[in-house]
Amino acid sequence: MLTAATIEVENLTKRYGDVEALRGVSFSVGEGEVFGLLGPNGAGKTSTVEILEGLRTPDGGRVSVCGLDPQTSGVEYKYIIGAALQSTALPDKMRVREALDLFGGFYPRRRGAAELMNRFGLEEKRNAFYSQLSGGQKQRLALAMALVNDPRVVFLDEPTAGLDPQVRHEIYDIIEELKKEKKTILMTTHYIEEAEKLCDRVAIVDHGKVIAEGTPSELKKRSGAVTRITVRMARPETNGALNTLEGVTECRTEAEDYLLYSTRVPRTIVALVKHLEEQNNELVSLEIAAPSLEDIFLELTGRRLRD
Amino acid sequence: MSRMRLAMRNRAFLFFSLIMPLAFLFIYAGIFGRGRAQAVPYLLAEVLALTVMGSFWGLSVQLVTFREQGILRRFRVTPVGASAMLASSLLSNYFLTLPTIAIEFFLSRSVFHMAGLGNLISVFILVTLGTISFASLGLIVASVTNTMQETQIINQIIWFIFLFISGVTIPFPMLPGAVQAFAVFLPATYLVSGLQRAMIDHTGILDLGMYAASLIGCALIAFLVAAQLFRWDPEAKAPRRAKLWAAAAIIPFLLLGAWETFNGDLRAHAMKNLQSIREPYSLERIDH
Repeated sequence: MLTAATIEVENLTKRYGDVEALRGVSFSVGEGEVFGLLGPNGAGKTSTVEILEGLRTPDGGRVSVCGLDPQTSGVEYKYIIGAALQSTALPDKMRVREALDLFGGFYPRRRGAAELMNRFGLEEKRNAFYSQLSGGQKQRLALAMALVNDPRVVFLDEPTAGLDPQVRHEIYDIIEELKKEKKTILMTTHYIEEAEKLCDRVAIVDHGKVIAEGTPSELKKRSGAVTRITVRMARPETNGALNTLEGVTECRTEAEDYLLYSTRVPRTIVALVKHLEEQNNELVSLEIAAPSLEDIFLELTGRRLRD
Repeated sequence: MSRMRLAMRNRAFLFFSLIMPLAFLFIYAGIFGRGRAQAVPYLLAEVLALTVMGSFWGLSVQLVTFREQGILRRFRVTPVGASAMLASSLLSNYFLTLPTIAIEFFLSRSVFHMAGLGNLISVFILVTLGTISFASLGLIVASVTNTMQETQIINQIIWFIFLFISGVTIPFPMLPGAVQAFAVFLPATYLVSGLQRAMIDHTGILDLGMYAASLIGCALIAFLVAAQLFRWDPEAKAPRRAKLWAAAAIIPFLLLGAWETFNGDLRAHAMKNLQSIREPYSLERIDH
């Protein structure tokens, strides 16, 4: 899969006044790979992507995309990249078809507006003003615009932020299709499902640093393959006995829920039921979940992705 | 092209660039001119100048809106550079101004019975240069201001200076001497006076060389400065240095104003222009 690194980011740093947004971010993305930057808001995902898009200048470090430097390569670089910004904005009174024609007109190599509208389900809205589009339609237009020049590398910054679940799944389908076209895609997200579903590899970013990198399954393995058991009981547990149940490596509380991390799930369950009987307590709900990227994030940072 | 279509859909733009100048035309020609055909060329020249100066407003407001809404950032990812971006604004604005100019001529002829059309070549050249100059000045204001509010305030101040002491509303010879001395440093003054001479005396463009040259100088410097100061990002604030750069745009007018003060004939011409509508006014107050 990794033939050559299409995107290389080395020790990237960036500060805004007193805030150190990036503190040495490094990763590389192979040709045709979908790479996800996963992290909470303010982790440095957008700063990283905007440096790659040429919208910001880094303070230190090196970036290269297809062997070009976004800062110095000029027009040649713009020809090979496509981008959907975190918030793509267009003039209110611009029509869908006009936007695609206008942006397509900037490039010598381009895709027809008709093809793109068809593919992104915008046919019906071809003559609608930008201000009349729904959030999902605007986002689909933003994605279509990212592809007008048939770019080699596509940057998608939070492609589904603020969209409702159904629309989000539409966007997933679109990204899946791009994947089939062998485009190199760098996307940012703070949705775990999105990263797990779409990305070949993921870098978890927190406080301006990459704290883990790998395929979603590699990351899960690395986390020690602990399974999370979420338990809710009729009465709260106070004496910390859950920690001592067989197989439990760690116990956290989250609101009314207890999160038990276990390496031996069946034994832990049996021990849990026994324990509840002894305490005359009752089970309200029980959920067993294989480790997700969310757990890995929690494990690495002690915080949840979404606050 | 696309910019033009956008502008057509913008009501504020239509107001400033079409309806306002036409309203001035009717007020000027109908009330001040009292419907007398021989006064029309003088008044039409003022209306033409107003139309041209209107570009100053439209473009700066549009650019700041685009920047504040983050629209410019999306363009920055494309191969379009700052100069191309600005040049496209200037061109679309120019092509939208021309029809208004044509309508103004048409109405002057048909409704107010203006005789002749003045020196159309001179008018065309002055309108072209003027539109580009004033639009570029607007682009500079857009680049040195950080918010729409700031833009509006600066625009208002500059606009009122242009409006009241360039001769476009109050005839130049009626301004107090000190104000006149200041007015010869304004690009608007040359535009107004040049257009009046072209309309009234059918003055050829060669005889308006100084006026044309000053507008070319203004357009060039203003465009270069605007391109230099251009900002894509709403977050990036205008640096102090930018305001100094902006000052460079007035250099040609400092030179021209100085020249005019010592050797010029602008005042004499302005007086002569005004005399073309002399009768209905009482001009005893003006001493020369």
